[in-house]
Amino acid sequence: MKTRPRRIRRRIVQGIMFGLFRGAAALNGIVLLVVVSFLVANGWRAINWGFLTQAPAEAMTKGGILPCIVGTLCLSLGAILVAFPIGVASAVYLHEYARPGRTIRVIRLGINNLAGVPSVVFGLFGLAFFVIYLKMGVSILAGALTLGAMTLPVIIGASEEALRAVPQSYREASLALGASRWQTIYRVVLPAALPGILTGAILGISRAAGETAPIMFTAAVFFTPDLPSSIFDEIMALPYHVYVLATAGTEIEKTRHIQYGTALVLIALVLGMNLVAIVYRSRLRRGV
Amino acid sequence: MLDVRRRKEWGIRSLFFCVALASITILALIVIFLFAEGLPIFKHVSVKDFLLGEYWYPTADPPDFGIFPLITASIAVTLISALLSIPLGVMTAIYLAEIATPRVREWVKPIVELLAALPSVVIGFFGMVVVAPVLQESFDLATGLNLFNASVMLAFMSIPTITSISEDAIYSVPVELKEASLALGANHWQTISRVIVPASLSGISTAVILGMSRAIGETMVVLMVAGGATLVPSSLFDPVRPMPASIAAEMAEAPFRGEHYHALFATGVVLFLFTLLFNLIADHYAQKYKQVGAATL
Repeated sequence: MKTRPRRIRRRIVQGIMFGLFRGAAALNGIVLLVVVSFLVANGWRAINWGFLTQAPAEAMTKGGILPCIVGTLCLSLGAILVAFPIGVASAVYLHEYARPGRTIRVIRLGINNLAGVPSVVFGLFGLAFFVIYLKMGVSILAGALTLGAMTLPVIIGASEEALRAVPQSYREASLALGASRWQTIYRVVLPAALPGILTGAILGISRAAGETAPIMFTAAVFFTPDLPSSIFDEIMALPYHVYVLATAGTEIEKTRHIQYGTALVLIALVLGMNLVAIVYRSRLRRGV
Repeated sequence: MLDVRRRKEWGIRSLFFCVALASITILALIVIFLFAEGLPIFKHVSVKDFLLGEYWYPTADPPDFGIFPLITASIAVTLISALLSIPLGVMTAIYLAEIATPRVREWVKPIVELLAALPSVVIGFFGMVVVAPVLQESFDLATGLNLFNASVMLAFMSIPTITSISEDAIYSVPVELKEASLALGANHWQTISRVIVPASLSGISTAVILGMSRAIGETMVVLMVAGGATLVPSSLFDPVRPMPASIAAEMAEAPFRGEHYHALFATGVVLFLFTLLFNLIADHYAQKYKQVGAATL
């Protein structure tokens, strides 16, 4: 007699709880949708051919954002140029060579902690080490190296996951045929893991493209009229442009449309790259 | 022949080992240079006055370098954002791992990843131009840029971290546990709340700590949205200035290797130590209570 109400009650409790969980998950989607659609709604009018291909004019209130786009591309590609080889090689060592033990524990602890270093601390480090100590000055080089240090854990993580997905039988088959460890890695394991590693690289570029704090003291400036001609030039960058125009300008309201437009270009770039990586990865997993 | 090959193998292996040391070398360089540029401030102020001093007036004459308001602001935004991000993040993870059908999962997971990918400056911008005016009007405040606004924005930056790590932890609960619970007559919710969540609690704790670490170190959001007043917060709607905001906002104007410059680096040291502590605790949890059994992902 007692069991029936109890069973009903627990079904109701489950219904309520699952509803809450669904709501929590849905909230993520709602927030993403609200932020993106807000920027699209306010930013699309600012975007036209001139906006993408001209330099800012009349104290930032007119003109385009070409130097920022070029700057962000330079910085994020530079970062990946640094982080990709080091990151992939680190992952190869960790996953293919290292045996469990204290060394590997220490290296992993280092990577985990590097991943947790706040972005502004990377900025301070870049300023003290690359800009001042190595005398690079505020430059693309210093910014790209700082961003590269920051992206390194992302690349290592993605590469390790890709290496883990390569079946052990591939390695065994190669070794059984008489190939050395390195030949196995170079000819068998890496080609099999390459798509996954590249997905990680795309995510790394997008991460570097969106960061502001690490480049504030190392690479980005408020305004330079010219496009960079060498890696020792200081440059403008999309995220820094949004920040400066939205907070520090004297005419915040007058440049509002440019802020929206710049933010829209930035998220289009970053989310676009992420979407490419996500779609590519899900195809890989399905084995298409 | 064999010997040459073996030597070559050894060489390649050593090369990879050296490259693998890069991360830890960078971490060491970060520590060295932060301390080298930060410690000189303690020639002017004592450690105690620096950490517990209530006044941060770095450009006054004589200047005051007390970062207590900055530390409390950082802790306040982190804790308040955690109140939001922990339940939402863990619930999303449970939904993804246990409740959602594979088809729905395939859609929701990328959404969480895209949320994680949103540049922090964009979230800060959104907080400034959308959330702040709404807050200001509905609560009749002097400014919508405050502790509460920053905490909410930060929460949505740490939710993806908490979700993805918790989800992995929930996945790695051996399926036998779940089956045993269901076989004993528990329904799905009872199984989740009494078996699956307790079994994955260590992983969820790691996720929560890493999420909070992300929140305390996040810069652009607190720089743009927190309001910037160097006060020890006394209400939820006070404007505040957490450590990262102070560093990012003032470094450009601090005279090179002056007291202010060193003080900002020392603030960076404190911030770094906070996140290091969080990460070491998370690592400790992850190692000590490592789950054994049918781990996937």
